[in-house]
Amino acid sequence: MNTDEHEHVIEVTGLRRVYGGGFEAVRGIGFSVRRAEVFALLGTNGAGKTSTVELLEGLARPSDGRIRVLGHDPYTERAAVRPRTGVMLQEGGFPSELTVEETARMWAGCVSGARPPREVLELVGLARRTGVRVKQLSGGERRRLDLALALLGDPEVLFLDEPTTGLDAEGRRDTWELVRALRDGGTTVLLTTHYLEEAEDLADRLAILHEGRIAATGTPAEVTAAQPARISFELPHGYFVGDLPPLAELGVCGHEVAGSVVRLRTHELQRAATGLLTWAERAGVELRRLDVRSASLEEAFLGIAAREEVAA
Amino acid sequence: MSSLTTPTGRLGALARAELTLLGRSKATLLTAVLIPLVLPFSLRSFVDGMDVEESGLSVGLVLLPAAIGFALLFGVYSALVGVYTTRREELVLKRLRTGELRDGEILGGTALPVGATGIVQSLVLVAGSTVLLDLPAPHAPHLAVLGLLLGLVMCAALAAVTAAVTRTVESAQVTTLPFVLVSMTLSGVTVPLELLPDRLASVCELLPLSPVITLIRGGWTGTLSVYEALGALATALAWTVLAVFAVGRWFRWEPRR
Repeated sequence: MNTDEHEHVIEVTGLRRVYGGGFEAVRGIGFSVRRAEVFALLGTNGAGKTSTVELLEGLARPSDGRIRVLGHDPYTERAAVRPRTGVMLQEGGFPSELTVEETARMWAGCVSGARPPREVLELVGLARRTGVRVKQLSGGERRRLDLALALLGDPEVLFLDEPTTGLDAEGRRDTWELVRALRDGGTTVLLTTHYLEEAEDLADRLAILHEGRIAATGTPAEVTAAQPARISFELPHGYFVGDLPPLAELGVCGHEVAGSVVRLRTHELQRAATGLLTWAERAGVELRRLDVRSASLEEAFLGIAAREEVAA
Repeated sequence: MSSLTTPTGRLGALARAELTLLGRSKATLLTAVLIPLVLPFSLRSFVDGMDVEESGLSVGLVLLPAAIGFALLFGVYSALVGVYTTRREELVLKRLRTGELRDGEILGGTALPVGATGIVQSLVLVAGSTVLLDLPAPHAPHLAVLGLLLGLVMCAALAAVTAAVTRTVESAQVTTLPFVLVSMTLSGVTVPLELLPDRLASVCELLPLSPVITLIRGGWTGTLSVYEALGALATALAWTVLAVFAVGRWFRWEPRR
Protein backbone atom coordinates (compact mmCIF):
# COMPACT_ATOMS: atom_id res chain seq x y z
CA MET A 1 0.00 0.00 0.00
CA ASN A 2 1.26 3.44 -0.88
CA THR A 3 1.63 5.53 2.26
CA ASP A 4 3.15 8.58 0.63
CA GLU A 5 1.94 11.65 2.53
CA HIS A 6 1.12 13.49 -0.67
CA GLU A 7 -0.66 10.64 -2.32
CA HIS A 8 -4.04 11.65 -3.73
CA VAL A 9 -6.55 9.55 -1.88
CA ILE A 10 -9.52 10.94 -3.81
CA GLU A 11 -9.27 12.01 -7.43
CA VAL A 12 -12.20 13.38 -9.38
CA THR A 13 -12.13 14.51 -13.01
CA GLY A 14 -14.92 15.75 -15.28
CA LEU A 15 -17.61 14.42 -12.98
CA ARG A 16 -21.22 14.78 -14.08
CA ARG A 17 -24.46 13.49 -12.61
CA VAL A 18 -27.71 13.73 -14.51
CA TYR A 19 -30.86 12.47 -12.81
CA GLY A 20 -33.60 10.49 -14.53
CA GLY A 21 -35.73 13.58 -15.10
CA GLY A 22 -32.84 15.22 -17.00
CA PHE A 23 -31.77 17.50 -14.15
CA GLU A 24 -28.01 17.96 -14.19
CA ALA A 25 -26.99 18.20 -10.53
CA VAL A 26 -23.23 17.93 -11.06
CA ARG A 27 -21.87 19.66 -14.16
CA GLY A 28 -18.32 18.61 -14.76
CA ILE A 29 -16.26 19.05 -11.62
CA GLY A 30 -12.75 17.94 -10.71
CA PHE A 31 -10.68 18.06 -7.54
CA SER A 32 -8.35 15.89 -5.55
CA VAL A 33 -7.84 15.24 -1.86
CA ARG A 34 -4.51 14.27 -0.30
CA ARG A 35 -4.01 11.77 2.48
CA ALA A 36 -4.71 13.12 5.99
CA GLU A 37 -6.41 16.22 4.65
CA VAL A 38 -9.81 17.63 5.54
CA PHE A 39 -11.51 18.72 2.33
CA ALA A 40 -14.83 20.58 2.50
CA LEU A 41 -17.45 20.83 -0.21
CA LEU A 42 -19.28 24.02 0.53
CA GLY A 43 -22.48 25.20 -1.08
CA THR A 44 -26.06 26.29 -0.65
CA ASN A 45 -28.86 23.74 -0.69
CA GLY A 46 -29.14 22.33 -4.18
CA ALA A 47 -25.57 23.22 -5.13
CA GLY A 48 -24.79 19.56 -5.81
CA LYS A 49 -22.91 18.63 -2.63
CA THR A 50 -24.84 15.50 -1.76
CA SER A 51 -25.12 14.44 -5.40
CA THR A 52 -21.32 14.60 -5.59
CA VAL A 53 -20.64 12.82 -2.31
CA GLU A 54 -23.00 9.97 -3.18
CA LEU A 55 -20.94 9.34 -6.30
CA LEU A 56 -17.71 9.35 -4.27
CA GLU A 57 -19.27 6.89 -1.82
CA GLY A 58 -20.09 4.60 -4.74
CA LEU A 59 -23.86 4.69 -4.24
CA ALA A 60 -24.51 5.57 -7.87
CA ARG A 61 -22.73 5.44 -11.20
CA PRO A 62 -21.62 8.85 -12.53
CA SER A 63 -23.19 10.01 -15.80
CA ASP A 64 -19.73 10.98 -16.95
CA GLY A 65 -16.23 11.51 -15.58
CA ARG A 66 -13.86 9.51 -13.44
CA ILE A 67 -13.55 8.92 -9.70
CA ARG A 68 -10.73 7.17 -7.89
CA VAL A 69 -10.93 6.53 -4.17
CA LEU A 70 -7.77 4.87 -2.82
CA GLY A 71 -6.95 4.07 -6.43
CA HIS A 72 -10.21 2.29 -7.22
CA ASP A 73 -13.53 3.10 -8.83
CA PRO A 74 -15.89 3.26 -5.84
CA TYR A 75 -18.87 2.02 -7.86
CA THR A 76 -17.48 -0.84 -9.94
CA GLU A 77 -14.76 -1.89 -7.49
CA ARG A 78 -16.91 -1.55 -4.44
CA ALA A 79 -15.47 -4.59 -2.64
CA ALA A 80 -11.96 -3.12 -2.78
CA VAL A 81 -12.99 0.31 -1.50
CA ARG A 82 -15.70 -0.25 1.11
CA PRO A 83 -13.59 -1.93 3.81
CA ARG A 84 -11.40 1.19 3.85
CA THR A 85 -14.04 3.93 3.87
CA GLY A 86 -16.53 5.21 6.42
CA VAL A 87 -19.71 6.98 5.40
CA MET A 88 -22.15 9.25 7.17
CA LEU A 89 -25.11 10.13 4.99
CA GLN A 90 -26.94 13.42 5.19
CA GLU A 91 -29.87 11.65 6.74
CA GLY A 92 -29.24 8.60 8.89
CA GLY A 93 -30.98 5.34 8.27
CA PHE A 94 -31.36 3.09 11.25
CA PRO A 95 -34.34 0.93 12.19
CA SER A 96 -36.26 2.98 14.73
CA GLU A 97 -37.06 0.02 16.97
CA LEU A 98 -33.46 -1.09 17.58
CA THR A 99 -31.48 0.27 20.51
CA VAL A 100 -28.27 2.20 20.03
CA GLU A 101 -26.21 -0.79 21.11
CA GLU A 102 -28.09 -3.26 18.90
CA THR A 103 -27.61 -0.94 15.94
CA ALA A 104 -23.89 -0.62 16.62
CA ARG A 105 -23.51 -4.38 17.09
CA MET A 106 -25.30 -5.08 13.82
CA TRP A 107 -23.10 -2.59 12.01
CA ALA A 108 -19.95 -3.95 13.64
CA GLY A 109 -20.76 -7.35 12.15
CA CYS A 110 -20.63 -5.79 8.70
CA VAL A 111 -17.39 -3.82 9.07
CA SER A 112 -13.92 -5.26 8.55
CA GLY A 113 -11.70 -4.91 11.61
CA ALA A 114 -14.46 -3.26 13.62
CA ARG A 115 -13.58 -1.67 16.94
CA PRO A 116 -15.69 -2.60 19.97
CA PRO A 117 -19.03 -0.78 19.50
CA ARG A 118 -18.88 0.63 23.06
CA GLU A 119 -15.61 2.35 22.23
CA VAL A 120 -16.94 4.38 19.30
CA LEU A 121 -20.18 5.16 21.12
CA GLU A 122 -18.08 6.59 23.92
CA LEU A 123 -16.08 8.60 21.39
CA VAL A 124 -19.20 10.44 20.23
CA GLY A 125 -20.69 10.77 23.72
CA LEU A 126 -23.43 8.15 23.41
CA ALA A 127 -22.02 5.75 25.99
CA ARG A 128 -24.87 6.42 28.36
CA ARG A 129 -27.58 6.03 25.73
CA THR A 130 -26.78 2.48 24.59
CA GLY A 131 -30.07 0.99 25.77
CA VAL A 132 -32.25 3.65 24.15
CA ARG A 133 -34.24 2.91 20.99
CA VAL A 134 -33.19 4.90 17.93
CA LYS A 135 -36.66 6.46 17.61
CA GLN A 136 -36.23 8.05 21.04
CA LEU A 137 -32.94 9.75 20.20
CA SER A 138 -32.83 13.47 19.48
CA GLY A 139 -31.81 14.61 16.02
CA GLY A 140 -28.35 15.47 17.27
CA GLU A 141 -27.91 12.10 18.98
CA ARG A 142 -28.90 10.36 15.78
CA ARG A 143 -26.20 12.29 13.90
CA ARG A 144 -23.67 11.20 16.50
CA LEU A 145 -24.75 7.57 16.26
CA ASP A 146 -24.31 7.83 12.50
CA LEU A 147 -20.82 9.27 13.01
CA ALA A 148 -19.94 6.51 15.47
CA LEU A 149 -20.86 3.84 12.93
CA ALA A 150 -18.86 5.58 10.22
CA LEU A 151 -15.84 5.34 12.54
CA LEU A 152 -16.31 1.68 13.51
CA GLY A 153 -13.82 0.28 11.03
CA ASP A 154 -11.09 2.90 11.55
CA PRO A 155 -11.54 4.02 7.95
CA GLU A 156 -8.72 5.55 5.92
CA VAL A 157 -11.22 7.79 4.17
CA LEU A 158 -14.23 9.31 5.85
CA PHE A 159 -17.18 10.84 3.96
CA LEU A 160 -19.32 13.10 6.13
CA ASP A 161 -22.39 14.65 4.52
CA GLU A 162 -23.40 17.62 6.67
CA PRO A 163 -22.11 16.02 9.86
CA THR A 164 -23.14 18.83 12.20
CA THR A 165 -26.58 19.74 10.86
CA GLY A 166 -29.01 19.48 13.75
CA LEU A 167 -26.30 19.59 16.42
CA ASP A 168 -26.18 22.30 19.07
CA ALA A 169 -23.12 24.55 19.39
CA GLU A 170 -21.42 22.20 21.84
CA GLY A 171 -22.10 19.09 19.81
CA ARG A 172 -20.74 20.86 16.75
CA ARG A 173 -17.52 21.78 18.53
CA ASP A 174 -17.14 18.18 19.78
CA THR A 175 -17.52 16.90 16.24
CA TRP A 176 -14.94 19.37 14.97
CA GLU A 177 -12.50 18.21 17.64
CA LEU A 178 -13.11 14.62 16.65
CA VAL A 179 -12.55 15.34 12.96
CA ARG A 180 -9.32 17.19 13.72
CA ALA A 181 -8.08 14.32 15.87
CA LEU A 182 -8.89 11.85 13.10
CA ARG A 183 -7.07 13.99 10.55
CA ASP A 184 -4.04 14.20 12.83
CA GLY A 185 -4.19 10.43 13.09
CA GLY A 186 -3.92 10.13 9.30
CA THR A 187 -7.57 9.86 8.25
CA THR A 188 -8.60 11.65 5.07
CA VAL A 189 -11.91 13.44 5.55
CA LEU A 190 -14.24 14.73 2.87
CA LEU A 191 -17.15 16.64 4.34
CA THR A 192 -19.96 18.78 3.01
CA THR A 193 -21.40 21.68 4.91
CA HIS A 194 -23.39 24.82 4.48
CA TYR A 195 -21.91 26.29 7.66
CA LEU A 196 -19.22 28.67 6.46
CA GLU A 197 -17.44 28.85 9.79
CA GLU A 198 -17.26 25.06 9.83
CA ALA A 199 -15.41 25.00 6.52
CA GLU A 200 -13.23 27.95 7.53
CA ASP A 201 -12.28 26.34 10.85
CA LEU A 202 -11.97 22.74 9.89
CA ALA A 203 -10.97 22.41 6.26
CA ASP A 204 -7.41 22.30 5.01
CA ARG A 205 -8.79 22.91 1.56
CA LEU A 206 -12.25 23.47 0.22
CA ALA A 207 -14.29 23.88 -2.93
CA ILE A 208 -17.34 26.09 -3.18
CA LEU A 209 -20.00 24.40 -5.29
CA HIS A 210 -22.54 26.54 -7.04
CA GLU A 211 -25.19 25.14 -9.37
CA GLY A 212 -23.23 21.94 -9.91
CA ARG A 213 -19.91 23.60 -10.68
CA ILE A 214 -16.88 24.50 -8.60
CA ALA A 215 -16.91 28.28 -8.28
CA ALA A 216 -13.78 28.58 -6.12
CA THR A 217 -11.28 26.20 -4.62
CA GLY A 218 -8.13 26.33 -2.48
CA THR A 219 -7.25 26.79 1.17
CA PRO A 220 -9.73 28.94 3.11
CA ALA A 221 -7.11 31.75 3.06
CA GLU A 222 -6.67 31.48 -0.71
CA VAL A 223 -10.39 31.53 -1.38
CA THR A 224 -10.98 34.54 0.84
CA ALA A 225 -7.89 36.42 -0.40
CA ALA A 226 -9.56 37.09 -3.73
CA GLN A 227 -12.50 38.76 -2.01
CA PRO A 228 -12.77 42.48 -1.08
CA ALA A 229 -13.19 43.66 2.51
CA ARG A 230 -16.33 45.57 3.45
CA ILE A 231 -17.14 48.81 5.25
CA SER A 232 -20.71 49.78 5.94
CA PHE A 233 -22.19 52.69 7.85
CA GLU A 234 -25.15 55.05 8.00
CA LEU A 235 -24.76 58.69 7.00
CA PRO A 236 -26.60 61.25 9.11
CA HIS A 237 -29.54 63.17 7.63
CA GLY A 238 -28.46 65.73 5.06
CA TYR A 239 -25.28 63.91 4.03
CA PHE A 240 -24.84 62.00 0.79
CA VAL A 241 -22.19 59.72 -0.73
CA GLY A 242 -21.05 62.68 -2.80
CA ASP A 243 -19.97 64.41 0.40
CA LEU A 244 -17.38 61.68 1.07
CA PRO A 245 -13.84 62.09 -0.24
CA PRO A 246 -13.40 60.67 -3.77
CA LEU A 247 -13.88 56.91 -3.25
CA ALA A 248 -11.19 55.84 -5.72
CA GLU A 249 -8.62 57.78 -3.70
CA LEU A 250 -9.62 55.80 -0.61
CA GLY A 251 -8.92 52.56 -2.45
CA VAL A 252 -12.60 51.67 -2.67
CA CYS A 253 -13.38 49.40 -5.62
CA GLY A 254 -17.15 49.45 -5.41
CA HIS A 255 -20.04 50.87 -3.42
CA GLU A 256 -23.78 50.57 -2.89
CA VAL A 257 -26.21 52.98 -1.34
CA ALA A 258 -29.53 51.93 0.18
CA GLY A 259 -31.32 54.92 1.73
CA SER A 260 -28.87 56.35 4.24
CA VAL A 261 -26.83 53.11 4.43
CA VAL A 262 -23.58 53.03 2.46
CA ARG A 263 -21.56 49.88 1.70
CA LEU A 264 -18.02 50.10 0.40
CA ARG A 265 -15.83 47.30 -0.96
CA THR A 266 -12.06 47.52 -0.92
CA HIS A 267 -8.91 45.47 -1.23
CA GLU A 268 -7.05 48.01 0.92
CA LEU A 269 -9.05 47.93 4.11
CA GLN A 270 -6.71 49.97 6.31
CA ARG A 271 -6.31 52.79 3.78
CA ALA A 272 -10.04 53.00 3.06
CA ALA A 273 -11.02 52.90 6.74
CA THR A 274 -8.42 55.50 7.73
CA GLY A 275 -9.49 57.84 4.93
CA LEU A 276 -13.13 57.48 5.83
CA LEU A 277 -12.65 57.99 9.57
CA THR A 278 -10.31 60.94 9.07
CA TRP A 279 -12.95 62.58 6.89
CA ALA A 280 -15.67 61.90 9.47
CA GLU A 281 -13.53 63.33 12.26
CA ARG A 282 -12.80 66.52 10.32
CA ALA A 283 -16.36 66.99 9.15
CA GLY A 284 -17.73 66.23 12.61
CA VAL A 285 -19.93 63.47 11.20
CA GLU A 286 -21.02 60.50 13.29
CA LEU A 287 -21.03 57.30 11.22
CA ARG A 288 -23.72 55.24 12.89
CA ARG A 289 -23.74 51.38 12.73
CA LEU A 290 -20.18 51.47 11.48
CA ASP A 291 -19.05 47.98 10.50
CA VAL A 292 -15.59 47.25 9.17
CA ARG A 293 -14.78 43.66 8.29
CA SER A 294 -12.01 41.94 6.39
CA ALA A 295 -12.83 39.39 3.74
CA SER A 296 -14.21 36.11 5.06
CA LEU A 297 -15.41 32.94 3.52
CA GLU A 298 -18.90 34.34 3.90
CA GLU A 299 -18.00 37.25 1.63
CA ALA A 300 -16.54 34.85 -0.87
CA PHE A 301 -19.62 32.70 -0.69
CA LEU A 302 -22.10 35.54 -1.06
CA GLY A 303 -19.92 37.08 -3.75
CA ILE A 304 -20.03 33.89 -5.78
CA ALA A 305 -23.78 33.54 -5.43
CA ALA A 306 -24.33 37.20 -6.39
CA ARG A 307 -21.95 37.02 -9.36
CA GLU A 308 -23.74 34.01 -10.77
CA GLU A 309 -27.08 35.74 -10.38
CA VAL A 310 -25.85 38.77 -12.30
CA ALA A 311 -24.43 36.52 -15.00
CA ALA A 312 -27.68 34.62 -15.32
CA MET B 1 -5.00 -5.60 6.40
CA SER B 2 -7.05 -6.60 9.43
CA SER B 3 -9.57 -9.39 9.12
CA LEU B 4 -12.13 -8.75 6.38
CA THR B 5 -15.77 -9.52 6.92
CA THR B 6 -17.26 -12.60 5.26
CA PRO B 7 -20.64 -12.81 3.53
CA THR B 8 -21.81 -15.24 6.21
CA GLY B 9 -20.73 -12.92 9.00
CA ARG B 10 -22.43 -9.93 7.42
CA LEU B 11 -25.62 -11.89 6.71
CA GLY B 12 -25.65 -13.15 10.28
CA ALA B 13 -25.27 -9.69 11.79
CA LEU B 14 -28.06 -8.28 9.65
CA ALA B 15 -30.36 -11.26 10.19
CA ARG B 16 -29.87 -11.04 13.95
CA ALA B 17 -30.92 -7.39 13.98
CA GLU B 18 -33.91 -8.18 11.76
CA LEU B 19 -34.94 -11.00 14.08
CA THR B 20 -34.93 -8.57 17.00
CA LEU B 21 -37.06 -6.18 14.95
CA LEU B 22 -39.46 -8.95 13.95
CA GLY B 23 -39.93 -9.78 17.63
CA ARG B 24 -40.79 -6.13 18.31
CA SER B 25 -43.22 -5.74 15.44
CA LYS B 26 -46.37 -7.16 16.98
CA ALA B 27 -48.59 -6.57 13.95
CA THR B 28 -46.25 -8.33 11.52
CA LEU B 29 -45.73 -11.18 13.94
CA LEU B 30 -49.45 -11.63 14.46
CA THR B 31 -50.26 -11.72 10.74
CA ALA B 32 -47.28 -13.89 9.99
CA VAL B 33 -47.89 -16.48 12.66
CA LEU B 34 -51.61 -16.54 13.33
CA ILE B 35 -53.16 -16.44 9.87
CA PRO B 36 -51.38 -19.54 8.54
CA LEU B 37 -52.21 -21.44 11.73
CA VAL B 38 -55.82 -20.40 12.06
CA LEU B 39 -57.16 -19.72 8.58
CA PRO B 40 -56.73 -23.18 7.00
CA PHE B 41 -58.47 -24.88 9.87
CA SER B 42 -61.41 -22.53 9.56
CA LEU B 43 -61.65 -23.92 6.03
CA ARG B 44 -62.15 -27.38 7.41
CA SER B 45 -65.92 -27.51 7.13
CA PHE B 46 -65.65 -26.12 3.60
CA VAL B 47 -63.14 -28.82 2.68
CA ASP B 48 -65.31 -31.46 4.28
CA GLY B 49 -68.01 -30.45 1.81
CA MET B 50 -65.71 -30.90 -1.19
CA ASP B 51 -65.46 -34.20 -2.99
CA VAL B 52 -61.85 -34.52 -2.02
CA GLU B 53 -61.94 -38.28 -1.67
CA GLU B 54 -62.98 -38.66 -5.29
CA SER B 55 -59.75 -37.01 -6.46
CA GLY B 56 -57.75 -39.37 -4.33
CA LEU B 57 -57.08 -36.73 -1.67
CA SER B 58 -57.89 -36.55 2.03
CA VAL B 59 -58.78 -33.61 4.25
CA GLY B 60 -55.22 -33.53 5.54
CA LEU B 61 -53.78 -33.52 2.01
CA VAL B 62 -55.88 -30.45 1.20
CA LEU B 63 -55.38 -28.59 4.45
CA LEU B 64 -51.62 -29.01 4.92
CA PRO B 65 -50.59 -27.54 1.54
CA ALA B 66 -53.22 -24.83 2.11
CA ALA B 67 -51.71 -23.97 5.49
CA ILE B 68 -48.15 -23.89 4.10
CA GLY B 69 -49.45 -21.78 1.22
CA PHE B 70 -50.91 -19.31 3.71
CA ALA B 71 -47.64 -19.31 5.64
CA LEU B 72 -45.79 -18.39 2.43
CA LEU B 73 -48.33 -15.75 1.40
CA PHE B 74 -48.87 -14.02 4.73
CA GLY B 75 -45.94 -15.08 6.87
CA VAL B 76 -43.29 -14.55 4.20
CA TYR B 77 -44.53 -12.58 1.20
CA SER B 78 -46.81 -9.97 2.80
CA ALA B 79 -44.61 -9.57 5.86
CA LEU B 80 -41.51 -9.01 3.73
CA VAL B 81 -43.17 -6.44 1.48
CA GLY B 82 -43.84 -4.45 4.66
CA VAL B 83 -40.31 -4.95 5.98
CA TYR B 84 -38.57 -3.99 2.71
CA THR B 85 -40.80 -0.94 2.31
CA THR B 86 -40.24 0.19 5.91
CA ARG B 87 -36.47 -0.22 5.68
CA ARG B 88 -36.38 1.70 2.42
CA GLU B 89 -38.51 4.56 3.74
CA GLU B 90 -36.43 4.71 6.96
CA LEU B 91 -33.36 5.03 4.68
CA VAL B 92 -31.96 1.89 6.29
CA LEU B 93 -31.34 0.21 2.93
CA LYS B 94 -29.47 3.25 1.61
CA ARG B 95 -27.33 3.38 4.73
CA LEU B 96 -26.56 -0.34 4.50
CA ARG B 97 -25.49 0.12 0.89
CA THR B 98 -22.71 2.50 1.97
CA GLY B 99 -21.04 -0.38 3.80
CA GLU B 100 -19.49 -3.67 2.85
CA LEU B 101 -22.77 -5.58 2.45
CA ARG B 102 -23.59 -6.44 -1.16
CA ASP B 103 -27.06 -5.73 -2.51
CA GLY B 104 -28.06 -9.40 -2.45
CA GLU B 105 -26.84 -9.76 1.11
CA ILE B 106 -28.93 -6.80 2.24
CA LEU B 107 -32.11 -8.28 0.76
CA GLY B 108 -31.23 -11.83 1.83
CA GLY B 109 -30.20 -10.94 5.38
CA THR B 110 -33.36 -8.91 5.82
CA ALA B 111 -35.45 -11.87 4.63
CA LEU B 112 -33.72 -14.57 6.71
CA PRO B 113 -35.70 -14.28 9.97
CA VAL B 114 -39.02 -14.25 8.11
CA GLY B 115 -37.88 -17.19 5.98
CA ALA B 116 -36.85 -19.13 9.08
CA THR B 117 -40.24 -18.38 10.61
CA GLY B 118 -41.83 -19.84 7.47
CA ILE B 119 -39.82 -23.06 7.82
CA VAL B 120 -40.60 -23.43 11.52
CA GLN B 121 -44.28 -22.83 10.84
CA SER B 122 -44.33 -25.41 8.09
CA LEU B 123 -42.77 -27.96 10.44
CA VAL B 124 -45.35 -27.15 13.11
CA LEU B 125 -48.11 -27.49 10.53
CA VAL B 126 -46.78 -30.85 9.36
CA ALA B 127 -46.64 -32.11 12.93
CA GLY B 128 -50.12 -30.73 13.66
CA SER B 129 -51.66 -32.26 10.55
CA THR B 130 -50.03 -35.61 11.21
CA VAL B 131 -51.44 -35.74 14.71
CA LEU B 132 -54.81 -34.04 14.24
CA LEU B 133 -55.74 -34.96 10.65
CA ASP B 134 -54.22 -38.45 10.48
CA LEU B 135 -51.91 -37.34 7.71
CA PRO B 136 -49.69 -40.24 6.63
CA ALA B 137 -45.91 -39.92 6.33
CA PRO B 138 -44.86 -38.27 3.03
CA HIS B 139 -44.05 -40.63 0.15
CA ALA B 140 -41.57 -38.28 -1.53
CA PRO B 141 -40.39 -35.84 1.14
CA HIS B 142 -37.62 -34.48 -1.09
CA LEU B 143 -40.25 -33.01 -3.41
CA ALA B 144 -41.98 -31.29 -0.51
CA VAL B 145 -38.70 -29.88 0.80
CA LEU B 146 -37.71 -28.62 -2.67
CA GLY B 147 -41.15 -27.09 -3.10
CA LEU B 148 -40.98 -25.30 0.23
CA LEU B 149 -37.46 -23.94 -0.34
CA LEU B 150 -38.28 -22.72 -3.84
CA GLY B 151 -41.46 -21.20 -2.46
CA LEU B 152 -39.52 -19.31 0.19
CA VAL B 153 -36.98 -17.87 -2.24
CA MET B 154 -39.66 -17.03 -4.79
CA CYS B 155 -41.88 -15.31 -2.20
CA ALA B 156 -38.92 -13.28 -0.88
CA ALA B 157 -37.96 -12.17 -4.39
CA LEU B 158 -41.58 -11.37 -5.30
CA ALA B 159 -41.84 -9.39 -2.05
CA ALA B 160 -38.86 -7.27 -3.11
CA VAL B 161 -40.45 -6.70 -6.53
CA THR B 162 -43.74 -5.72 -4.88
CA ALA B 163 -41.91 -3.39 -2.46
CA ALA B 164 -40.52 -1.57 -5.48
CA VAL B 165 -44.04 -0.44 -6.41
CA THR B 166 -45.14 0.12 -2.79
CA ARG B 167 -44.71 3.70 -1.61
CA THR B 168 -45.66 3.34 2.05
CA VAL B 169 -46.24 0.56 4.53
CA GLU B 170 -49.96 1.36 4.43
CA SER B 171 -50.17 0.89 0.67
CA ALA B 172 -48.54 -2.53 1.09
CA GLN B 173 -51.99 -3.75 2.13
CA VAL B 174 -53.15 -2.99 -1.41
CA THR B 175 -50.07 -3.89 -3.44
CA THR B 176 -49.85 -7.36 -1.91
CA LEU B 177 -53.47 -8.19 -2.75
CA PRO B 178 -53.08 -9.32 -6.38
CA PHE B 179 -50.51 -12.03 -5.70
CA VAL B 180 -52.20 -13.15 -2.47
CA LEU B 181 -55.69 -13.36 -4.01
CA VAL B 182 -54.61 -15.02 -7.25
CA SER B 183 -52.52 -17.56 -5.36
CA MET B 184 -55.24 -18.31 -2.84
CA THR B 185 -57.90 -18.96 -5.46
CA LEU B 186 -56.03 -20.28 -8.49
CA SER B 187 -52.80 -21.85 -7.25
CA GLY B 188 -54.32 -24.73 -5.40
CA VAL B 189 -54.08 -23.16 -1.95
CA THR B 190 -57.76 -23.18 -1.02
CA VAL B 191 -59.10 -25.28 -3.88
CA PRO B 192 -56.81 -28.08 -5.09
CA LEU B 193 -56.06 -27.80 -8.82
CA GLU B 194 -57.24 -31.42 -9.09
CA LEU B 195 -60.78 -30.18 -8.43
CA LEU B 196 -60.73 -27.50 -11.16
CA PRO B 197 -61.86 -28.12 -14.77
CA ASP B 198 -58.93 -29.55 -16.77
CA ARG B 199 -58.50 -26.60 -19.12
CA LEU B 200 -58.51 -24.04 -16.28
CA ALA B 201 -56.22 -26.23 -14.21
CA SER B 202 -53.62 -26.45 -16.98
CA VAL B 203 -53.43 -22.64 -17.12
CA CYS B 204 -53.38 -22.30 -13.34
CA GLU B 205 -50.45 -24.72 -13.14
CA LEU B 206 -48.30 -21.97 -14.63
CA LEU B 207 -48.98 -19.45 -11.83
CA PRO B 208 -46.03 -18.80 -9.48
CA LEU B 209 -47.26 -20.55 -6.36
CA SER B 210 -48.97 -23.49 -8.14
CA PRO B 211 -45.83 -25.61 -8.62
CA VAL B 212 -44.90 -25.02 -4.98
CA ILE B 213 -48.23 -26.32 -3.73
CA THR B 214 -48.16 -29.16 -6.28
CA LEU B 215 -44.71 -30.25 -5.09
CA ILE B 216 -45.68 -30.12 -1.42
CA ARG B 217 -48.90 -32.06 -1.97
CA GLY B 218 -47.11 -34.44 -4.32
CA GLY B 219 -44.46 -34.98 -1.66
CA TRP B 220 -47.13 -36.50 0.52
CA THR B 221 -49.19 -38.38 -2.07
CA GLY B 222 -46.17 -39.62 -4.01
CA THR B 223 -48.38 -39.73 -7.11
CA LEU B 224 -46.46 -37.14 -9.18
CA SER B 225 -44.82 -38.68 -12.22
CA VAL B 226 -41.20 -37.74 -12.89
CA TYR B 227 -42.44 -35.65 -15.80
CA GLU B 228 -44.97 -33.80 -13.61
CA ALA B 229 -42.42 -33.23 -10.84
CA LEU B 230 -39.82 -31.87 -13.25
CA GLY B 231 -42.46 -29.64 -14.87
CA ALA B 232 -43.42 -28.20 -11.49
CA LEU B 233 -39.77 -27.68 -10.54
CA ALA B 234 -39.07 -25.96 -13.86
CA THR B 235 -42.08 -23.65 -13.46
CA ALA B 236 -41.11 -22.74 -9.90
CA LEU B 237 -37.48 -22.15 -10.92
CA ALA B 238 -38.52 -20.02 -13.88
CA TRP B 239 -40.65 -17.74 -11.67
CA THR B 240 -37.88 -17.50 -9.09
CA VAL B 241 -35.26 -16.56 -11.68
CA LEU B 242 -37.65 -14.06 -13.24
CA ALA B 243 -38.40 -12.49 -9.85
CA VAL B 244 -34.70 -12.28 -8.92
CA PHE B 245 -33.98 -10.65 -12.28
CA ALA B 246 -36.81 -8.16 -11.73
CA VAL B 247 -35.40 -7.29 -8.31
CA GLY B 248 -31.99 -6.55 -9.79
CA ARG B 249 -33.58 -4.43 -12.48
CA TRP B 250 -36.30 -2.52 -10.63
CA PHE B 251 -35.71 -2.63 -6.89
CA ARG B 252 -35.65 0.84 -5.30
CA TRP B 253 -33.10 1.44 -2.56
CA GLU B 254 -34.26 4.92 -1.64
CA PRO B 255 -37.64 6.61 -1.19
CA ARG B 256 -38.97 8.54 -4.17
CA ARG B 257 -38.62 12.27 -3.73
